[in-house]
Amino acid sequence: MSVDDATVRKIARLARIGIAEAQVPALAGELSAILGWIEQLGEVDTTGIAPMTAVIPNHLAWRVDAITDGDKQAAVLANAPDATSGFFAVPKVIE
Amino acid sequence: MMSLTDLTIAGMKAGLANRDFTAVELTEAHLAAMAAARHLNAFITETPEIARAQAAAADAALAKGEAKALTGIPLGIKDLFCTKGVQTTAASKILEGFIPPYESTVSGNLFADGAVMLGKLNLDEFAMGSSNETSAYGKVISPWKAKNPDGTRSNRELVPGGSSGGSAAAVSARLVAGATGTDTGGSIRQPAAFVGIAGIKPTYGRCSRWGVVAFASSLDQAGPMARTVEDCAILLTSMCGYDAKDSTSLDLPVPDFAAALNADLRGKRIGVPREYRLDGMDPTIAALWDQGLEWLKAAGATIVDVSLPHTKYALPAYYIIAPAEASSNLARYDGVRYGLRVTPPGGNLADMYSATRAEGFGAEVKRRIMIGTYVLSAGFYDAYYTQAQKVRALIARDFERAWEVCDLLLTPTAPSAAFAFGEKSDLRADPLAMYLNDVFTVPSSLAGLPAMSVPAGLSADGLPLGLQIIGKPLDEAGVLGAGLAIERAAMFTARP
Amino acid sequence: MTYIDNGSHSSFRIKGATGDWEIVVGLEVHAQVTAQSKLFSGAATAFGAQPNSQVSLVDAAMPGMLPVVNGECIRQAVRTGLALGAQIHKWSRFDRKNYFYADLPQGYQISQLYHPIVGEGTLEVETDDGIRSTVGIERIHLEQDAGKSVHDLHPTQSFVDLNRSGCALMEIVSKPDIRSPAEAGAYVAALRQLLRYVGSCDGNMDEGSMRADVNVSVRKPGDGFGTRTETKNVNSVRFIMQAVEVEAKRQVELIETGGTVVQETRLFDPNSGTTRSMRSKEDAHDYRYFPDPDLLPVEFDDAFVAECRASLPELPVAKRARYIETLGISAYNAGVLTADVETARYFEAVLADTGPALATAAANWLTSELFGVLKKLGVGIEASPVDPARAAALLGLIASGKISNSIGKQVLEAMVETGDEPAAIVAARGLEQVSDTGAIDAAIAAIIAANADKVDQYRAGKEALFGFFVGQTMKAMAGKANPGVVNERLKAALA
Ligand SMILES: [Mg+2]
Ligand SMILES: [Zn+2]
Repeated sequence: MSVDDATVRKIARLARIGIAEAQVPALAGELSAILGWIEQLGEVDTTGIAPMTAVIPNHLAWRVDAITDGDKQAAVLANAPDATSGFFAVPKVIE
Repeated sequence: MMSLTDLTIAGMKAGLANRDFTAVELTEAHLAAMAAARHLNAFITETPEIARAQAAAADAALAKGEAKALTGIPLGIKDLFCTKGVQTTAASKILEGFIPPYESTVSGNLFADGAVMLGKLNLDEFAMGSSNETSAYGKVISPWKAKNPDGTRSNRELVPGGSSGGSAAAVSARLVAGATGTDTGGSIRQPAAFVGIAGIKPTYGRCSRWGVVAFASSLDQAGPMARTVEDCAILLTSMCGYDAKDSTSLDLPVPDFAAALNADLRGKRIGVPREYRLDGMDPTIAALWDQGLEWLKAAGATIVDVSLPHTKYALPAYYIIAPAEASSNLARYDGVRYGLRVTPPGGNLADMYSATRAEGFGAEVKRRIMIGTYVLSAGFYDAYYTQAQKVRALIARDFERAWEVCDLLLTPTAPSAAFAFGEKSDLRADPLAMYLNDVFTVPSSLAGLPAMSVPAGLSADGLPLGLQIIGKPLDEAGVLGAGLAIERAAMFTARP
Repeated sequence: MTYIDNGSHSSFRIKGATGDWEIVVGLEVHAQVTAQSKLFSGAATAFGAQPNSQVSLVDAAMPGMLPVVNGECIRQAVRTGLALGAQIHKWSRFDRKNYFYADLPQGYQISQLYHPIVGEGTLEVETDDGIRSTVGIERIHLEQDAGKSVHDLHPTQSFVDLNRSGCALMEIVSKPDIRSPAEAGAYVAALRQLLRYVGSCDGNMDEGSMRADVNVSVRKPGDGFGTRTETKNVNSVRFIMQAVEVEAKRQVELIETGGTVVQETRLFDPNSGTTRSMRSKEDAHDYRYFPDPDLLPVEFDDAFVAECRASLPELPVAKRARYIETLGISAYNAGVLTADVETARYFEAVLADTGPALATAAANWLTSELFGVLKKLGVGIEASPVDPARAAALLGLIASGKISNSIGKQVLEAMVETGDEPAAIVAARGLEQVSDTGAIDAAIAAIIAANADKVDQYRAGKEALFGFFVGQTMKAMAGKANPGVVNERLKAALA
């Protein structure tokens, strides 16, 4: 599987990782090599095999519906690069 | 008298109980060693004030006869564990300056048992790497040097392995008595082997993942790294335990692994997976493996040949599942709520995301996020991710079948001894060389099995080599027992 | 009432230049699950708190934080599924829907794509003009709500409040069975009514507890489905009907002027009554769903499903039928009384005191007298100044003949003012009805004496005058005389 430059740009966009145009060919080469190697998984006959859901047999515990958390605005905002009057602030979003 | 930093954790506990020395003296000795070894770059953040306060509290507890399992024992904490009020970076620029308002369950368990924190240990960025070359805070240097043919020490700097490279270097260089590590595909076992110490990854779900910066959720598992098997057992007992805050945590009692230690292997069957005998395998490592089997036999075990037919597909499956989970787990690093934010002049929100993540993440992390994004993207999901999870199920089934004929497996930990910087990280040369390092450790990670590395010998050029013991789910005790048998037989006394 | 079966049943058409167009609508209703805490954290869900004050470190997606599922949300989803007669999946799973947005802290929404907790069901719908249809339910899945971005507080910045982030939503997805704006409105109204009966969502649309993503496409009758657009987060029944209509018309115009409809997410602007493309969502279409590795599959047994079923109240359709058939209430009143769960609750509380014999009287009194009062006060029945016990007491006084209907109205007014017991008011104001013939005969005698001329005209055959005598008598008795007795005694006296 070889990844072309357009695909690299698309993936980078989806992953929100800015890449300089100059990096694209190199990235395409690296990803192609890795994905090419991963391809071999296709050889494995997995008919009738269910994908793994739990690594070790275990069952999902359910929480009781009670208010046990929250009410910690200061802690929530403490590490924010930009917080204003109780909100996180980001560059304006146009919907 | 031997220096305090040479003591094992068991030895320190005895000495503290005896009043041979105080917790403060013990901590000061390690802080001094730490300061003297800064060139190794094992720590991202040193926390001497916290250490001294905890040591003083430990002495008070000892005086009142209220010592707990780890009272006064100086440890290093991998900088992937969130520590309340102490910067936690995951060795990434994107988390520089992040001060968690919470304590990870595992580090909290250690402190509740009286442990002393010397600092936060360096690692590969977001635990993605096998050489500790990807840290945004600089590479960690192994305290070990290779021997030249003429017996002199080479001055070539070597990698400590990864991702828990800071933990490995610090324990090996006697800067800490023990350290926490995390293991996603071998990140405890491979560095332990590279620096001649012991390290165990328990069964998936034994240690809570709450408060540990996530790499690949279905694989990440914390574990201890220390100089002896017994010390690993002591630390593991404190680290493990059910945590209702982690839905994948196992709600089971945790045995006292140290008390249960038993090197008598009579009645135990040790499996030798034939697929692990790679052609072109380093003869020293092959020989050490055979030697290890002899040692276990001598301890009373019987040796059986087993087959794990899907072994060869473990690495490719891992390099789909781990990056896929990582691409999603690392989406939260967007510059909105914490960590780095880069906003290009006049940029909108999307520009801020792209710039922040471009500058905040290193090359390897970006590479894995992109692989993960690709394999999950429309049209490829079934061919890659679903197929990988099916292969993973087959790999787990291989192990289950092996357990029908054996109780434990013995394999080498890594295909080579520690290598030099740049040797395997030049992607032009070979993008996969680094990944292949984890060939022996990844299958047990995919199956969530307990596995440990024990120092067993030296390479031709005098560098440590480890052997790996893999056990059934929840059989950490069995793994530690076999580890102890090898430790005793190998009498590994070499040090950096 | 006309019965029409599923799909292509509505005669609703959009008249285009090239002829008639049929519209095809499917709705994705997001209903906030009634629960104290969030789907995966212990933070509160109450509406209207200070920004970021109901946020846990899990909701803020701090490094290393993990989700733990709220069992009540699972229970409510199952109860809702049962109320819709839907398949319940005893094995379901949470998936991650990956996309970047300011109010999505994790960079993914935990949802259920591949294995939803509830499968196919149906909902009976009836439009205001009595057209009935059955709308298919495709699925219900549980998912996290996002936070809220505020765009108008700052010229160059948006502000993010995560209070809502992580609240549990049921996404209730209909099949594309809806064929008219009216039917779309009726579907949402019926769904809201059902959720409020079940108690799994308060249905409070102005607080955003219920929002609909409106999927609309148009086609020439008989053709296959056209390309659909999704208009997001429309938050009132009226707006949903508007959005369906304007979006369908926009598509028809577009097609008829040579354009093509693009599959996209759009926004409804209530002020302009139009929809517009949502730029911010444009590139978000590759969501890279995969099972959330922080969670295990959701599993439960038949016993749990049975508990959920046993906990369901009588549902609107059954209740309405019972009111008509066993209580003998008119179809119209039965509809009014069951329209909202609070009204039905009040009505049944009244009947608990009066007994079923007064069902019809109670139904009439509630829908006319009490509703009149509530309308004047502008409050809902849950805030009625007259509680069911007092209402029952008042109805009892009327039924027993202690007071007349007209006096009953006076007493109700006094009850609203004073909050006193009706009996106390009647006693204090001497409003008991008089049936004592002595008093009535005396009044009649006086009236006959005073109106000899009218008496002669009546006896001469001008029977219309009887009303006059009744009126005079009631007046003389200050309205408290028993009308029956008055009639009987007057007839006798005038014979
Ligand atoms: Mg939708
Ligand atoms: Zn949704």
